[in-house]
Amino acid sequence: MTLLVAALGFLGGNIIGAVVAIARVLGPAPVKWLGATYTTVVRGVPELLIIYLLFFGGGEFFRFIAKIFFLGGDGFADAFIAGVLALSVVSGAYSAEVFRGAAGAVPRGMFDAARTFGMRPFQMLRLIAIPQVLRYGLPAMANVWQLTLKDTALISVTGLVELMRTTDIAAGSTQRQFFFYTISIMIFLGFTALSDFLFRRAENFCGCHGHAGGKG
Amino acid sequence: MSWWDPFIEAFPSLIKAVPLTVMLAVTAVTIGIVIAVFITLARMSGSAFLRWPAYTYVYVIRGTPLFLQLFFIYYGLAQLDIIRHSMLWPLFRDEYWCALLALSLNTSAYGSEIIRGGIQGVAKGQIEAALAFALSPVQRFTRIIFPQALRQMLPAYGNEVVLMIKATSIASTVTIMEVTGTARAIASETYAPVQVFIAAGLIYLALTGSLTYGVHCLEKALHKRGGLAVAR
Repeated sequence: MTLLVAALGFLGGNIIGAVVAIARVLGPAPVKWLGATYTTVVRGVPELLIIYLLFFGGGEFFRFIAKIFFLGGDGFADAFIAGVLALSVVSGAYSAEVFRGAAGAVPRGMFDAARTFGMRPFQMLRLIAIPQVLRYGLPAMANVWQLTLKDTALISVTGLVELMRTTDIAAGSTQRQFFFYTISIMIFLGFTALSDFLFRRAENFCGCHGHAGGKG
Repeated sequence: MSWWDPFIEAFPSLIKAVPLTVMLAVTAVTIGIVIAVFITLARMSGSAFLRWPAYTYVYVIRGTPLFLQLFFIYYGLAQLDIIRHSMLWPLFRDEYWCALLALSLNTSAYGSEIIRGGIQGVAKGQIEAALAFALSPVQRFTRIIFPQALRQMLPAYGNEVVLMIKATSIASTVTIMEVTGTARAIASETYAPVQVFIAAGLIYLALTGSLTYGVHCLEKALHKRGGLAVAR
């Protein structure tokens, strides 16, 4: 459940992030301003507050969506959708900044060159912008993924039974808190180590030798 | 009663909770910096016996959620007999100290990475020059490395304080009535969660926004004076 919520949240965040980043780079002034407000507000407010707002504020709306997707019991649908949405909104703000930074790192000359080759805007996006943004942005995306993974623990306040909530229940019913919280810490460390490893593989694959500022 | 009434009525109580949020964040960052300096020293020392524990400490804290760390300290450690029978028990029984401890340890791990980055960011030539001038290790640190590292660390540390202000909201889960905790209480009283949480969000925005601006000004001032090295 933790991984599912994290993965969906991260995916949703990437979509939001990409849209907002494109809006902020290419859009007209009001759209740019809107994008900037979104990233500033979300990054300036605690994640827990965003979760509370969506969970307690969006009840009706989520139940409606849940009905469309035939998801089970009301309580579960609320917590699950609020959780995924909250994580998407939060990680979207961070990944928008990452994409924007990475887009800025693509040399202008590349686009000029593409234009001289007679590429259409969509081709430019697909062949020039996206591959390079992914490459420059990958190390930072790894950070956003780790943040999202850790933020899933906060979703437990809505009662969604993910790793943290499971730990709380197990610890509470057996009165062996020390044991269960230690296990849970180990599991999170395992996730972190695994994702570290996978992202490093991905970085090697993309040919970006990660972590900027390395002394070459 | 208009939709906005609960929004406006929430502000007085929420603002009363601001000092607690700020206190938690500021105290945690202060304690955190002290711990972070020791961690950094251990990580950069020649001895593997110091380097490895420090590395593990940073890895564990950065690899797990703060929420889990807080519950581990508040519920987990409270179970151990060693803690229960120690002098520290009154502290571990108190949710405020537990929250402060969790926040301090958390920020110390991130802080040590910032300090390490700052120190390693000082150009090699500068240190070689200092050696050529036969500066003592202490002089080398206070005159050459520290002023330059400080300038590089400042933006990152400002960001860390912003993160800490946001992180204090997690303390509300162990019944501390800071801004988020108060917001939850008001929301469940008034049945107007949206308005109350938006009000709380605005307060956090004001806090983090003014902090970001303050750090920005400080940064400018440091650059204008050409760092602390000349000023001394």
